[in-house]
Amino acid sequence: MNRPTELKNNQRELYYFRWRLGIAAACAVLLFTLLIGRFFFLQVVQHDYFSTLAENNRISIIPVIPNRGLILDRNGVVLAYNYSAYTLEITPSKVKRLDTTINDLATLVDIQPRDRKRFKKLLDESRNFESLPIRARLNDVEVARFAANRYRFPGVEIKARLFRHYPKGELASHAIGHIGRINDADLDQLEEADEMANYRGTDHIGKLGIEQSYEKQLHGTTGFEQVETDAGGHSLRVLNRRSPISGKNLTLTLDSRLQDVAEQAFGAHRGALVAIDPKNGEVLAFISKPGFDPNLFIDGIDPISWDTLNNSPDKPLNNRALRGQYPPGSTFKPFMALAGLELGKRTPSYTISDPGFFTLAGNAHHYRDWKPGGHGMVDLKKSITISCDTYYYGLANDLGPDNIFNFIGQFGFGKKTGIDIEGETSGLLPSREWKMKRYKQKWYAGDTISVGIGQGYNLATPLQLAFATAILANNGTAIRPHLVRSVRDAGASQEQLMPVKPAATLALKPENLALVREAMVAVTQPGGTAPRVGANAPYLTAGKTGTAQVIAIKQTEKYVESRVAERHRDHALFIAYAPADDPKIAFAILVENGGHGGSTAGPIARTLLDFYLLGKSPIPVLPAAEEEEGPHD
Amino acid sequence: MIKTHLRQIRLHLGTHIDSLLLNFILALMMLGLVILYSASGQDLGKTTSQMVNMAVALILMWIVAKIPPPHLARFALPAYVLGLLLLIGVALFGDVSHGARRWLNIGIRIQPSEMMKLAVPLMLAWYLDRREKTLNLKDFGVAALMLLAPVGLIIKQPDLGTALLISAAGFYVLFLAGLSWRIILGMLIVAAASAPILWSLLHDYQRQRILTLIDPSQDPLGSGYHIIQSNIALGSGGVFGKGWFNGTQAHLDFLPERTTDFIFAVYAEEFGMAGNLILVALYVLVIGRGLVIAAKAPTLFSRLLAGGITLTFFTYAFVNMGMVSGILPVVGVPLPLISYGGTSMVTLLVGFGMLMSIQTHRKLVQS
Repeated sequence: MNRPTELKNNQRELYYFRWRLGIAAACAVLLFTLLIGRFFFLQVVQHDYFSTLAENNRISIIPVIPNRGLILDRNGVVLAYNYSAYTLEITPSKVKRLDTTINDLATLVDIQPRDRKRFKKLLDESRNFESLPIRARLNDVEVARFAANRYRFPGVEIKARLFRHYPKGELASHAIGHIGRINDADLDQLEEADEMANYRGTDHIGKLGIEQSYEKQLHGTTGFEQVETDAGGHSLRVLNRRSPISGKNLTLTLDSRLQDVAEQAFGAHRGALVAIDPKNGEVLAFISKPGFDPNLFIDGIDPISWDTLNNSPDKPLNNRALRGQYPPGSTFKPFMALAGLELGKRTPSYTISDPGFFTLAGNAHHYRDWKPGGHGMVDLKKSITISCDTYYYGLANDLGPDNIFNFIGQFGFGKKTGIDIEGETSGLLPSREWKMKRYKQKWYAGDTISVGIGQGYNLATPLQLAFATAILANNGTAIRPHLVRSVRDAGASQEQLMPVKPAATLALKPENLALVREAMVAVTQPGGTAPRVGANAPYLTAGKTGTAQVIAIKQTEKYVESRVAERHRDHALFIAYAPADDPKIAFAILVENGGHGGSTAGPIARTLLDFYLLGKSPIPVLPAAEEEEGPHD
Repeated sequence: MIKTHLRQIRLHLGTHIDSLLLNFILALMMLGLVILYSASGQDLGKTTSQMVNMAVALILMWIVAKIPPPHLARFALPAYVLGLLLLIGVALFGDVSHGARRWLNIGIRIQPSEMMKLAVPLMLAWYLDRREKTLNLKDFGVAALMLLAPVGLIIKQPDLGTALLISAAGFYVLFLAGLSWRIILGMLIVAAASAPILWSLLHDYQRQRILTLIDPSQDPLGSGYHIIQSNIALGSGGVFGKGWFNGTQAHLDFLPERTTDFIFAVYAEEFGMAGNLILVALYVLVIGRGLVIAAKAPTLFSRLLAGGITLTFFTYAFVNMGMVSGILPVVGVPLPLISYGGTSMVTLLVGFGMLMSIQTHRKLVQS
């Protein structure tokens, strides 16, 4: 090996490497110089420009909130709309001493204690940097007074906002529901549904009823304005704009006049009424009494009103029609009768001799009829007309729990009807499996007996009863009840009808249906349990009274209404459809603690029918006259 | 053999640290903590955890500095092959996060592309050193393939920032090894000509970033947002800055990624042009020291490695500051020794450990 050459080579190599390294270093220096040049350009040359941008001249994106869709009744009567008004709003994060600020504001603008309390509540629930209303609907004088003193109140603003208003107040409040301020739970849901962007700037969201279930259609699509703003946050010019798309207008199936007439017919009674057009499932009236004023909830209800509503023994916030679960009582009997006929356990002519009670073989327990001493000879038609318990005790025993569960279940008992508002309860149609699961007990023969007259474990909501009645009226064809008839884009003339979901059609023999109908018509005729409903009416009504027991009566005791505290009295029930030969309306009425079905629910039914079928204005409700009615049904 | 090795290590326990380089690094780290404390919104926890990252990285650097360059060279092939296998593993079984497949779950989640930042220059330096006597065009071709294989896999992940840094590291080694100017020129021409093809291979978001650089105001809410906001941060900082904790852009949440990739914007807003010059000066000192080490290095391997590591460090700093100040597209490259995060800190300091090893074992090798 030639050492000197190698050394020489090494030297040359090292020299060459250092030359290249030098080039790289020069490049690095050049690039760093370029970078420093950029710094100089940004930080010295353009410093003023960027300072302005940073300090004041921000381009902000302002969401443009879409108008919420209107809610109209089937005849175009407005049930919910928006109006523009001024609110006084505080952004808590920009205000140092909230209490002092509010006190000072109170000298300019009327601020009631309940406004303060509501504001406190909003403050607890609010999102960061949100501006919260302290007073809504300022009048012109207040606006002017605040505007003159604005400089004293940083972080307080007057804003023109759209307000939701329910002009009919309590009317159909449980169906329409209401909107309210978006809270954390709503935010979570919006996030999950990937709707956050569309709710930028939106403060309210549907909380209940149609406002809740049709939130997607009602809300619309939020638009944006890209605005250049100055130091004061005032917009200088709009750079870019995407208009919002208003929410869709909803036309309900409800008839607000019918609703009004029926609500008034309830008088001071608590209860519920659901009326359905049996041919298409349209809900014509949806009542839960007492109602509430949905306007109270829009901007957070003040604690005083909340306590009043929430602690009232009348429970006005309970949606009895949708969620109230009551024993269907004797309104169950037409369905039982149909089960007996269809399943071959009874013939039209099958007759029992009613001693006033029923006993199971090998058991001394007396299942009592409501009429001591009994009804004598009773066939199927009479069993419905006079509401004979003994007949159904026997029928239930012959059918057995499985047949009852399977057959009656077809009328929607024990499951949700699928109405288009949320929160529906499913009632209860008991079965062997259910009892085993719920009570870890097997089914006893005695259980079947009380189920046969709609008592025992049976529970149904007024909506379910109305639905079952509508199925009966529609000759076994079930159509999902719904409250929204059509949606319409704001400004568009074309309505988009909501699809009507036809459910199953029950295979029922026409002669059996006819017999049950005949019996139910007789209920509203002299000799029936609700003769006043049909008295002198130019149309025929097929109905059935019922009573839901609130307290159990001992074997040896007799239920005497006057002795029982008002709130422990039985609930009155009434289901009906009319005209019997061509049903246009099917409904269920519940009157809490109304005693027997015919006397309190009957007049409401008559008022409803006269108005709907004849257009007759409500007749004054007469004091209950003595009728040929039993003390029970 | 092992005994003598151990004795050797013990002998040089405190002697393999280049104090000049260490001091520059420590100064940058201190500055980094100061910035991070403000950028994180005075989050003591985050700052402390960054101190832990730094301590761990410094210990690793200290260990690596003890390993003589010939021993380092022995790691080259295994590290490169392992890294390549792991990258293939990522491509086949990797975890997807934020739309990119970068991680491999082997009990712990690892990001193999990170180790390639060192394995690639190590491998290329080792390979070119082996071929030193007969270095010809074919060797450069093989080396280029060694570079392109991992880079291709990383671009596919996609991780443009890391791919860029590794390409740069590999290119520096090839360049310093004497890659002919004609080829470099040819590559530039080919690159320019193939730009349209490359463009079509890019992911949508990568294209968007380049387009946005040309005109950030096109998409002020989307990808232009970062650039506009960080430009405002820099520009409004002025000559002397708004002062520590006083950066409005940073603290009003206008700045994205303000403790990691965009931490420089926070610094530039709060300390201004003067602060930027100090930072650049510190980087120049580190890079200068690294280049001196490379220039003095005794073997081709150590020269190429030292030069490659140093110039890659420069690339880190330049690309990050360039992207924050709006002259380079936004790629995920942290500001070296300043940005929050343990992984890049470790990679950087292991690299510095190699530099120190090269510097402090110089005489031993020569003798």
